[in-house]
Amino acid sequence: MAETVILCAADDVVEGEIKQAPLPDGSNVALYRVEDLIYATADMCTHGEASLSLEGILNGKIVECTFHFGTFDVTTGLPTGMPCEIPLKTYPVSIVDGNVQIEV
Amino acid sequence: MLGDEPHPPYERPQLSKDMLAAADKPVAYIKQASAWNDLDVKLETSAPVTDCDAGRRTVATADGRVFAFDRLLVATGTRPRRLAQLESCGLEVQYLRNVEDALRFRQSIQGKARIVIVGGGVIGLEAACAAAKHGCQVTVIESEQRLLARAFPAVVSDLVAAKHRSHDVTFRLGATVSGTTPNGLRLSDGTEIAADLVLVGIGVEPVATVAERLGLPAAGGIAVDSCGRTAAPEVFCAGDAALQWSRCHGRAIRVETWANAQNQAIAVAANMIGEPRDYNDPPWFWTDQYDLNIQVAGDMLDSDHILRGDVASGKFSVIAMRGSDIVGALSVNSAKEMAMLRRVIAAARRPARSDLESPAYDLRAALK
Ligand SMILES: Cc1cc2nc3c(=O)[nH]c(=O)nc-3n(C[C@H](O)[C@H](O)[C@H](O)COP(=O)(O)OP(=O)(O)OC[C@H]3O[C@@H](n4cnc5c(N)ncnc54)[C@H](O)[C@@H]3O)c2cc1C
Ligand code: FES
Repeated sequence: MAETVILCAADDVVEGEIKQAPLPDGSNVALYRVEDLIYATADMCTHGEASLSLEGILNGKIVECTFHFGTFDVTTGLPTGMPCEIPLKTYPVSIVDGNVQIEV
Repeated sequence: MLGDEPHPPYERPQLSKDMLAAADKPVAYIKQASAWNDLDVKLETSAPVTDCDAGRRTVATADGRVFAFDRLLVATGTRPRRLAQLESCGLEVQYLRNVEDALRFRQSIQGKARIVIVGGGVIGLEAACAAAKHGCQVTVIESEQRLLARAFPAVVSDLVAAKHRSHDVTFRLGATVSGTTPNGLRLSDGTEIAADLVLVGIGVEPVATVAERLGLPAAGGIAVDSCGRTAAPEVFCAGDAALQWSRCHGRAIRVETWANAQNQAIAVAANMIGEPRDYNDPPWFWTDQYDLNIQVAGDMLDSDHILRGDVASGKFSVIAMRGSDIVGALSVNSAKEMAMLRRVIAAARRPARSDLESPAYDLRAALK
């Protein structure tokens, strides 16, 4: 069953920055604002043990993991640059009462 | 794709890191076999190429199969330099280059063995780190007076050495192996060290069989241009084996890094299929030791160093300058700063020295 998780105020997700938010299972998601829409992906890079919110750099809709400079499209989770080959898990986002919520 | 190893392609950095950390960590392969199929790449493992015919444009494997090519990529890499005189003395001598080596070394460090590592380079130090974490008694012998003297400024060599010492690793700096004793090694300073196992990590040499069969000189690497072309028509080379021009170094070098193996190969493959592309990424590598992630871009030798950040905080970077050119950079636990520095070096930007010296200066400004 999908569960709705409220993560943070939408205003806390700022263009160009990556916001980390915890999930009930102890893992994290990374939140991004791209052209005024908010996107959520798993926070852990699929290539290694790097947190994208802490170690990543966002350029438009592309997040670069600074461990080995692999990249993903945060709007789809798809890998766009080696060595990343496995997509990031993405979550559907909605904004309710000014808060970011996702379905997990 | 013809490879002499029994495995499908894998990344080597795990061999001295993840795979040594846990006794049950499996090898991570780059792709599943089916994914190579989907790409229409035919993988031939355990298939050493033993002969080539540059005129006929064929290569042959040891079992006698002949493969014709329009274009050939030689990506034969490097192999460890050996200390042959140790191997015949009854000592257990190991190297660390492939999966089998890593599995063997991993097995050896499970008991609380006395491990002597010859060579204080990146691989030797990562192996030392793994062995120390398993409770082994580790001694590293390094001929220079400090660790990684060619890649690290002294402050970083000292930091790394201190980190290892805090895990009970012993260093014998400025010493080399001069011979063996009934239970270990004798060093150039006359001292002796007992050893259950000697791991040799004293650098690599290019694997040149294929190149030589094609008539390409390969002693110091296979010379290529910025498109990966060798002197032989339709023969290209990429990765550890390639001898390529480095702007940061101001000379041709072999770039023995994971990033070069990936990115030079991508660029050379484009050239091979008729999409002209120059490759001149500055060399870049990283090493993980204990809680230190150290990354190095370009060339740190023979340059002035600017320190950014506070060494005591454990997070800082060092920028190497020759005149007003940034030729290298090193980061300690500051991967994001390195991401910027790497771009600044690749784009040959020349931010003012006074800016670089200011901790408040945002490197993004140099890329605008
Ligand atoms: C233990 C270890 C740790 C490392 N850690 C890091 C790191 O942290 N960061 C980093 O940047 N770099 C690291 N490196 C370096 C990096 O792995 C190499 O730069 C990279 O593997 C080079 O790739 P390559 O494809 O050019 O050569 P190789 O990886 O050497 O591959 C060449 C392949 O060709 C095969 N071959 C050779 N001759 C023939 C033939 N005649 N017929 C068929 N096959 C043949 C070889 O067996 C080999 O499988 C590490 C290397 C090692 C060994
Ligand atoms: S851990 Fe993210 S690219 Fe390797």
